[in-house]
Amino acid sequence: MHELSVCHSIVSQAIAIAKEHQAHSIAGISLAIGPLSGVDIHLLRQAFPFASVGTLAEDATLDAEPLPIRVRCTQCNNESDATPNNLVCSVCGNWQTQVISGDEMLITRIELEAPEERNYV
Amino acid sequence: MCDTCGCNITPGNQHLVSEGGKLEHTHDGKKTVDVMHDLLHENDHQATHNREHFNTRGILAINLMSSPGSGKTSLLEATIDALGKEYKIAVVEGDLETENDAQRIRAKNIPAIQITTGTACHLDAHMVHDALHDLDLDGIDILFIENVGNLVCPASFDLGHHLNVTLLSCTEGDDKPAKYPVMFRASDLMLITKADLLPVLDDFDTQRAEKYFRQLANVSPVFTLSSRKQQGMDQWLNWLKYELQKHRKQVTQNTHSHSHHSHSHHHHHAT
Repeated sequence: MHELSVCHSIVSQAIAIAKEHQAHSIAGISLAIGPLSGVDIHLLRQAFPFASVGTLAEDATLDAEPLPIRVRCTQCNNESDATPNNLVCSVCGNWQTQVISGDEMLITRIELEAPEERNYV
Repeated sequence: MCDTCGCNITPGNQHLVSEGGKLEHTHDGKKTVDVMHDLLHENDHQATHNREHFNTRGILAINLMSSPGSGKTSLLEATIDALGKEYKIAVVEGDLETENDAQRIRAKNIPAIQITTGTACHLDAHMVHDALHDLDLDGIDILFIENVGNLVCPASFDLGHHLNVTLLSCTEGDDKPAKYPVMFRASDLMLITKADLLPVLDDFDTQRAEKYFRQLANVSPVFTLSSRKQQGMDQWLNWLKYELQKHRKQVTQNTHSHSHHSHSHHHHHAT
């Protein structure tokens, strides 16, 4: 249940960016999360309202894109799909692979409600 | 992880970076900002800062992780008995409640700071930093950070340590690496502990445990030992000595080749 800590971190980063852009509020936060990050998307969604209540991100939608696990074999150099507890190369069966995607936990994008343009008449 | 140079962008996520550049205006007056920050950006920043504290003093910091009751504190006691005269050791203990573990370490005349996390299931870099304020870091060779007993959450938090050591006690079952892949994938060493019990635990196969560990593409060593019965301790102690030497060499090389990067904020540390 470290997802609440993760949500607090997401909210505080989003607020910092919103303030930088003088935004009224945060409309949406987009994440990209791989299964090897150790962060569970479902739990993150559940924890988010507790971390965002009373902040600029209170009404923000949380969009989390799950990323696939991909490995590159250090022997045959092929790339293949893998599962969290089996990162073995599916082409040649070698276990010495490198994870090229699937351990990310990123804030990719933040959507802000921009301040209204001032009309000087 | 770095958030500015683009090294967060991998073949798996590069499609998420919009072509229009950092800032886009959408049609309904909303602004969209591309970020590509790690979710735990603040923790990682603090962890980097902690690591600088360790590196400037040549301290090797080791994060000990495992499920509760796998023998982390017993391993530390046995390690202190073996190396305590040769090396200066200090310990940061993480538990939800009690000072019990820190008291066990202090009984061996080793400085130990207890972090009680309350309800938090893991240590983070800020908690460790606060604990460092209470610790005299000068002259310390190895700092052990004994994380909260938990095979899930601690894996996601960089504390500023250099190496992860994960314990798997043979009373737990040899498939733990397959069940908790995030933690075991991050391990720089896996220790199968309580090995003196192996003769009576016929369902724990150390080779099977290692097979599950290798399926996580982890090339790190696996040692089998018993802290209580002093079995197989040499491999672990030699690994520690080797890693300390390697770390010292790296830190010295880095200070010679790079000017020291210092943070703009200041802290008061016990010196």
